[in-house]
Amino acid sequence: MAHSASINPDVTQSECEVISKRKVGAYHHLTLAAPAIAEHAKPGNFLAISIGDMKSSMLLRRSFAIYQTVPRGPFGGTVEIIVAPHGPGSTWITQRAPHEKLDVVGPLGNAFKIPKDPVRALLVGGGYGSAPLFALAETLRQKNSRVEMAIGAATADRIFAPVEGKRSVHSLMIATEDGSSGAKGRVTDLFDNSLSAIDIVYACGPMGMLRALTEIGARAGVLVQCAVEESMACGVGLCMTCVLPVQDKDGVIKMLRSCIEGPIFDGSAVQWDAIGTIPPGTYGAHR
Amino acid sequence: MSGFDFSTSIAQTSLPNPILTASGCAANGKELSAFFPLDQIGAVVTKSVMSQPRSGRATPRMAETPSGMLNAIGLQGPGIDAFLKEDLAWLVEHGARTIVSIAGESVDEFAALARKVRGAHGVSAIEVNISCPNVENRGLVFACDRNSAREVIEAVKRSVGNTIPIIAKLSPDVTDIVSIAEEVVAAGADGLAMINTLLGMVINTETMRPHLANKTGGLSGPAIRPVAVRAIYQVHRALPQVPIVGMGGVLTGNDAFELVLAGACAISVGTATFHDPSAPIRIKQELESLLVARGFSRFSDAVGYAHRSDQ
Repeated sequence: MAHSASINPDVTQSECEVISKRKVGAYHHLTLAAPAIAEHAKPGNFLAISIGDMKSSMLLRRSFAIYQTVPRGPFGGTVEIIVAPHGPGSTWITQRAPHEKLDVVGPLGNAFKIPKDPVRALLVGGGYGSAPLFALAETLRQKNSRVEMAIGAATADRIFAPVEGKRSVHSLMIATEDGSSGAKGRVTDLFDNSLSAIDIVYACGPMGMLRALTEIGARAGVLVQCAVEESMACGVGLCMTCVLPVQDKDGVIKMLRSCIEGPIFDGSAVQWDAIGTIPPGTYGAHR
Repeated sequence: MSGFDFSTSIAQTSLPNPILTASGCAANGKELSAFFPLDQIGAVVTKSVMSQPRSGRATPRMAETPSGMLNAIGLQGPGIDAFLKEDLAWLVEHGARTIVSIAGESVDEFAALARKVRGAHGVSAIEVNISCPNVENRGLVFACDRNSAREVIEAVKRSVGNTIPIIAKLSPDVTDIVSIAEEVVAAGADGLAMINTLLGMVINTETMRPHLANKTGGLSGPAIRPVAVRAIYQVHRALPQVPIVGMGGVLTGNDAFELVLAGACAISVGTATFHDPSAPIRIKQELESLLVARGFSRFSDAVGYAHRSDQ
């Protein structure tokens, strides 16, 4: 198994002050003073944050996609993340007050690949999976690309679509399963047949959504770049827990770390049906 | 802190300081080198490598537990040939002293792995991870059976002779760890590494099934530290001349000191690196400060110091 991928060369570890925190629907929007990360982060990169201090009973870092960065602002460089308090660790993070410090490692992981020429791009987010897509939209627009965005979630309070983010896109479609915002249904229902005017899809959200988008993209012959949400213990490539089966260029399926080789993968290479298994023929599969 | 002698040795291998990574918690070093220069710690202990490439187990492979975690990775790795050619070569090139951890499913596999490691350049010691199931003996873990443990260490010793120290990694999941330690030392182990993880299980109360795909996993982290301290204390008492690489939930220099007092002459930092990738270098500094503060001028004087009133 040749180690083709390496840890993000810009990674640093630092104590980062919480500059601000505010509630956005079901989520919390944290701004952290992190100049070194702000300077180098690219759309799709993520952070890994430790929980509590040395006496913490929660040892594993929590990983968050970077929402946006401000390399040179009033607080120096800042990095923003969107946190959903769905467990004791993420809840602890949402309880931090301004001026408290967090131990942050980042930027981590690979970044969304940006085409050289202008494209018609569709960006699809599930829940707070939309967070890293706004910075991506900015980058794509700077390349004169047309950017459509679609966000889906169970309920309106789980749609992350801030006003300032909306300015980054040419159009925004929303779907909720309960119909409390936008169209009633799943985000994939919004464009099932409309990929004809799309050159590339970028997606971040739950595995089921990424899998469905990959299938839609395959039918339309459109590349789908997927940012996966695998559970990680360290975020820096040490623990080997965040693996998933991915086909490499030579057609060989390997268990790749989503923190190092990802989190962004070509959707057609990910063996979505086989997640949670070691598919037959995987490189080094147990006899 | 000038004048403090932090050096240690494992059989004929001398190390400038006693802080090591723990096998399986540092991958093969490259990622960790983004956080500190690997040549600043005593040695890098690489992820246990097998003869052939291994995909490892299905996910979920991990569960966070109170002050610890369960893992069932399944020894995912590149296989010994690619490891020696790429990973070991990289470590040597970057000045890291390297302890290569090997794992096999049979006595012969261990012996063959040891022969290949012996032929490689730049290996400080071999860690023999005998906490693997023996496929030739109903899948019983080598380290939990005196005869199997002895056979592996004898075979590895035959493969490497006295060219490289052999460190046998012991499992705490045994009735009497001292008797296993005595057995592997008699078979030729130059040192002992303890403790490996304890076997555990988490059941997800929503799905109402075991959380890990493998059902069981190895428990590590501060939750197991008292078990490590006890095991090291018992074995050092029985075999005071045998070098012990201590590990088990070391998160701070003070934790490392506890294992040193129990009898460890080197300390592996494992799960702590997931919490803090700078942990090995931080713990090295904290331990040095603590030893100086306690009045030690040499690290080696502190090894097993908790035993002094018993002697």
